[in-house]
Amino acid sequence: MSELDTIAVAMSGGVDSSTVAAMLRAEGHNVIGLTMQLWNQRRMAVHDGMPESVQGRCCSLDDVYDARRVAQHIGIPYYVVNHEERFERDVVRPFVAEYLSGRTPIPCSLCNNHLKFDQLLIVARQIGADRIATGHYARVAFDEARGRWLLKRPADRSKDQTYFLFGLTQEQLSRTLFPLGGMTKPEVRELARKHGLALAEKPDSQEICFVPGGDYKRFIDAYLAEQGESLPDTAGELVTTAGEVLGEHAGIHNFTVGQRKGLGVATGSPLYVIQISGANKQVVVGEEEHLYSRGLRARRVNLISVTDLGEPMRVAVKIRHRHEPAPATIERAGENEILVTFDEPQRAITPGQAAVFYDGDIVVGGGWIA
Amino acid sequence: MRRVYLDNNATTPLLPEVFEAMRPYFAERFGNASSIHHHGQETRAAVESARESVAELLGCRASEIVFTSGGTEADNLALAGLMAACDHVVTSRIEHHAVLHAGKHLEEIGCEVTYVPVDGRGLVDPGDVRRALRPNTKLISIMMANNETGVLQPVEEIGKIAAEAGVHFHTDAVQAAGRVPIDVRRVGCHALSISGHKMHAPQGVGALYVRKGTLIRPLFYGGRHERSRRAGTENVPGIVALGKAAQLAKEALDRGDDKMVALRDRLEQGILAQVDDAGVNGEDAPRVPNTTNLHFDHIEGEAIVIALDLKGLAVSTGAACSSGAIEPSHVLVAMGLRPDQARASIRFSLGKQTVAEDIDFALALVPETVARLRELSPRYKRQAIST
Repeated sequence: MSELDTIAVAMSGGVDSSTVAAMLRAEGHNVIGLTMQLWNQRRMAVHDGMPESVQGRCCSLDDVYDARRVAQHIGIPYYVVNHEERFERDVVRPFVAEYLSGRTPIPCSLCNNHLKFDQLLIVARQIGADRIATGHYARVAFDEARGRWLLKRPADRSKDQTYFLFGLTQEQLSRTLFPLGGMTKPEVRELARKHGLALAEKPDSQEICFVPGGDYKRFIDAYLAEQGESLPDTAGELVTTAGEVLGEHAGIHNFTVGQRKGLGVATGSPLYVIQISGANKQVVVGEEEHLYSRGLRARRVNLISVTDLGEPMRVAVKIRHRHEPAPATIERAGENEILVTFDEPQRAITPGQAAVFYDGDIVVGGGWIA
Repeated sequence: MRRVYLDNNATTPLLPEVFEAMRPYFAERFGNASSIHHHGQETRAAVESARESVAELLGCRASEIVFTSGGTEADNLALAGLMAACDHVVTSRIEHHAVLHAGKHLEEIGCEVTYVPVDGRGLVDPGDVRRALRPNTKLISIMMANNETGVLQPVEEIGKIAAEAGVHFHTDAVQAAGRVPIDVRRVGCHALSISGHKMHAPQGVGALYVRKGTLIRPLFYGGRHERSRRAGTENVPGIVALGKAAQLAKEALDRGDDKMVALRDRLEQGILAQVDDAGVNGEDAPRVPNTTNLHFDHIEGEAIVIALDLKGLAVSTGAACSSGAIEPSHVLVAMGLRPDQARASIRFSLGKQTVAEDIDFALALVPETVARLRELSPRYKRQAIST
């Protein structure tokens, strides 16, 4: 078999990537299974006083065990590669820093950009694979007319993961396969059963892989304690949109835009977090209507379907993973920066999240909400 | 696909003679060596003759050999068995985890542990060991040969220091046994660990030499096996195999067989002649004949190991953690290598089954693999531009 047929599959130990490996193997490709060791779950257990059994799922020994068993079952070579240092530098530390400056980060996108489609792709190529396949629900295709690689939404819209993939470069897309792009989750499970994979019924993981139980505040405390750093003082005032001081809060990292519960103040009407100001550590609260706005600035933009944005463009923009893309106009607002103007005001536009631009099924590009 | 195995410091294949020797003890000669009847007598004789062979390899009496489940148990028995709460032990930063983690456990139960450093060649300075001694020091544990670099430690000098100070001396000789001559009297040790599967016996058997008169507390309690130093019915096939492997190793050492060192040197020099920005870790220190540890700068050793495995050559880097991923080697870091150099290091280790064609295979494969990896390494490209 020629080297062109060698594909490295990023195996997480879940149903999706396991099925990808089995599919590609059955199609006759030369398949190599790779799992990235990104985070040592036991690190936090020490500082958290939590038993390992309730630790997060990322890189847990169970998942590596599952991935390895699948590889043995389908008869492919399998290796675990250690990228803990890069993960900590490029994903975990920025995650903590973003929260501490009042933003709400998405570590999965950082991981895709810096680890999966960067470091892992390098390793894949070094060991003789020309392409990498993952279990993401997304599609990639080369468009002759534009002369560009396109990232498209998958057949199963409910599983669409393109929101986390907007940072992929043309080079990365040209070497990437998303074999599940045309399938629904039930079809994937059915295929997993057909290939005799024992984990066909394994539940999906939803939470951030390195944050046990989704409690990011506890994670930040534990991480800083482990690093020997004390939690910076991010306490400050809780103020209304009119500038009235309602009280004090314990730290801006405890808040997310749109949050209603846990504000620590009792008023007649429900209050929401409208804005978090990292500079003066103020948390601005107000009525629900104040949550809506029509514009945002996206920074560190990556464009996929077009080389540049000459003219303003009509697109649909998604501002969080579970957000239905809303009609908007995008226009260049500076170096690597795009101004998004929605047709209708959108609820809780959250700094730190991504804004991803769609033209129908096609991902035009995306950037980080300033 | 042709497969060549150069990872004999991880484990070695059974020699055919060893397999033949142990084979009858699975089914035909199955007796419990403690039984009174014929079946027991048969296996007892086999166990005791294996003990004599092992004793001969180490230059000790048969009664000074305690069979264990392997090197890790032997190391743990030595450390836990010779130490009590509030005692102090001197060991080094480059020990195998069987000693390092046993040391960590001792610290948890109230013992004190000093970890002496090594120099750039990977050698412990006996002076450091002497200076680390305290009034409550009970034990020195310094390995004979390092598993990653093959560097031979100055154990005879350390043995003298232990004797002068009146403290016990244990040496982990797992990577030395069968590869270099060992005489426990010359070493001056009170305890010495060996492992079967590093010397062409199977996994699951090892031994601890315990000098006569040295009181050692057992790790487990049960029957009075191994003179009450290791309870549990003997692993007879394993012990028989270890005896045979010890006998074969002793014969080869007595013959002064130096084929292996010639093969190792040809591999090492052949690679270095074809690859730039590479070198030997522990080059200027005495080493066991079968090991070479090379650093190939600007690339990840992990990727080299995988790429070579996919082409049929088995080598290794660092120590694998529980997931199978590779962690930067504590040994190479202790020698002063930068973490990126430590991660760029590969261990090649030969066995008795290694032949010249295996070395040719490696010499044909390694330079081209390193070149391919460097071509695709962002780190190498940056470095190439900056020079």
